[in-house]
Amino acid sequence: MRHFATGLGLFIVFAVLLVAIIAPYIAPHDPFAQDLNLRLVPPEWMDGGSAVHPFGTDQLGRDYLSRLLYGSRISMTIGIFTVITSGLIGITLGLLGGYFGGRVDDMVMFIITCRLSIPLILVALTVVALVGSSLTVVILTLGLLLWERFAVVSRTATMQVRNLDYIAAARAAGASRLHIVLREVLPNILTHLVVVATLEMALAILLEAALSFLGLGVPPPLPSWGLMIAEGKDYMFFSPWVIMVPGVALFVLVLGINLLGDGLRDLLGAGHAQWR
Amino acid sequence: MRRARPPPPAPLPQGEGEKFLMTPVLEIANLHVTFGTRVAAVRGVSLKVNRGETHCLVGESGCGKSVTALAAMGLLARNGHRTADVLRFHDFDLTRHSERGMARLRGDRLAMIFQEPMTSLNPAYTIGSQMAEVLERHRGVSRAVALDRAAELLGRVGITAPGMRLKQYPHQLSGGLRQRVMISMALMCEPELLIADEPTTALDVTVQAQILRLLQSLQRELGLALLLITHDLGIVARMADRVSVMYAGQVVESASAEALFDAPTHPYTRGLLRCIPVPGTARRDDPLGSIPGTVPRIAPDFVGCAFRDRCAHAVGQCAREAPRLSVSEDHHYLCRLPPDWTRAEAA
Repeated sequence: MRHFATGLGLFIVFAVLLVAIIAPYIAPHDPFAQDLNLRLVPPEWMDGGSAVHPFGTDQLGRDYLSRLLYGSRISMTIGIFTVITSGLIGITLGLLGGYFGGRVDDMVMFIITCRLSIPLILVALTVVALVGSSLTVVILTLGLLLWERFAVVSRTATMQVRNLDYIAAARAAGASRLHIVLREVLPNILTHLVVVATLEMALAILLEAALSFLGLGVPPPLPSWGLMIAEGKDYMFFSPWVIMVPGVALFVLVLGINLLGDGLRDLLGAGHAQWR
Repeated sequence: MRRARPPPPAPLPQGEGEKFLMTPVLEIANLHVTFGTRVAAVRGVSLKVNRGETHCLVGESGCGKSVTALAAMGLLARNGHRTADVLRFHDFDLTRHSERGMARLRGDRLAMIFQEPMTSLNPAYTIGSQMAEVLERHRGVSRAVALDRAAELLGRVGITAPGMRLKQYPHQLSGGLRQRVMISMALMCEPELLIADEPTTALDVTVQAQILRLLQSLQRELGLALLLITHDLGIVARMADRVSVMYAGQVVESASAEALFDAPTHPYTRGLLRCIPVPGTARRDDPLGSIPGTVPRIAPDFVGCAFRDRCAHAVGQCAREAPRLSVSEDHHYLCRLPPDWTRAEAA
């Protein structure tokens, strides 16, 4: 069961990644092309649906399947780049605080506490109001705000590793501090960080959808899944698929990432115990 | 308790040999280490380790042996505070070295092996990568050259198929093998001083004997100065040229190994030796010796003899001072009792 869930997660994540990469080649239509004669066409499996638009069309007559496929690019881009940005910030802070301790650690803890007291949505609102919304702004906003879990986990893990004998042995062999932090500590806390990365990625994708829904995320006409739900919400009573299709896609992707994260935690956890 | 003396160290440059032999590789005088304001871990330790000599530091757990070694290496924890009149490695004043300068010496000319071979290797790297790194760091050689040297040293410490071992991860090796790896790693840059902190405590007895034999033969070949920290008097009897017995942060008795085993003078040393059953002498009905009580925790303002609460010979003077007396030129101890008190007692 465990392995099945992990495998399913892995499959979903890689499938979405693959779709994101090859979207231009598999999308049946141009996701931006409007056709006001074919507005809100139902999906194929509903009455009045056609094979030309398998998932129907939206209120501007754009092919929903194509928009869904292109939307995966936005979700994956946001997920990956947010994790990279926040990972760099959080891991750096966590390693510094965890390894050096003392005043450095106090400082790091203070920064983490400050970050925790910042309301995410309000900051995003302010940033969008000040500089306007774009994909880059969303990635940077999320990346600069979502690092606290990386920082907390890497700090704690570093503290555990710091006192192990092989760190003392490395110092006794003349290793510099930078070397010890990057080459001795970091590889040994990486397993924890991989799990955090999956959680953060899922969170970032959900937050992007939420921000886009509120009109604070990626600007139209980009086909973000959150934006698709926002644009469809006025029509959901008579054309429920306009929110169902992107909603299910979002749910499946986030579920897949979380399943993968859980599986990785178990697998890497077991590997870690084996090393000792 | 007699053992064969190792032959003299490898030949030295003509003329300079005498002088070179006389300069200690490591010299420590009046070393103090405190942690915070309440714990004095080391209180005025002095010792010398000469080239080709094994100096054993003996004592119970928590008596300051390891802290002394870590202080010499400059590896104390952040809250440890170190002062010393002399802390010298050859001509280098270690108290004046920056952290960067110390890092350059460590692993190159002074090396250390730790007690726990199971956890002293980084689980994330292969043996070869970890060994090669030391040489690359200090000598700037290529990975291939460093790996050759690593394979040669693994062979030297008695590991078969070194080529295969280099590619393995620590968890694939047994404790004895890992300690051999640690030893050969310490020897990568041909250090002049090797500090071994209880190198065999975590190993089982047969492996222990192999590792000790290995250390002895390596020392003979390379002319290493060896500072061996142990709580096992059997190891001392087997390995030591000089012995310093530590108690509560002080060296309470320091002598050549012969002198110490022939004529132990400090009551603590005598107590320690009485705790060892000697085959042929110990009798079934005689209780084995023991020292009552435990090591006290010593604050920095402690005065007098730290052993007085556990000592059968304690008098009022012991609460005020423990004078440093000498049996001979290189046999010293910290006690009020005169050098010949044991003979007077026996008579």
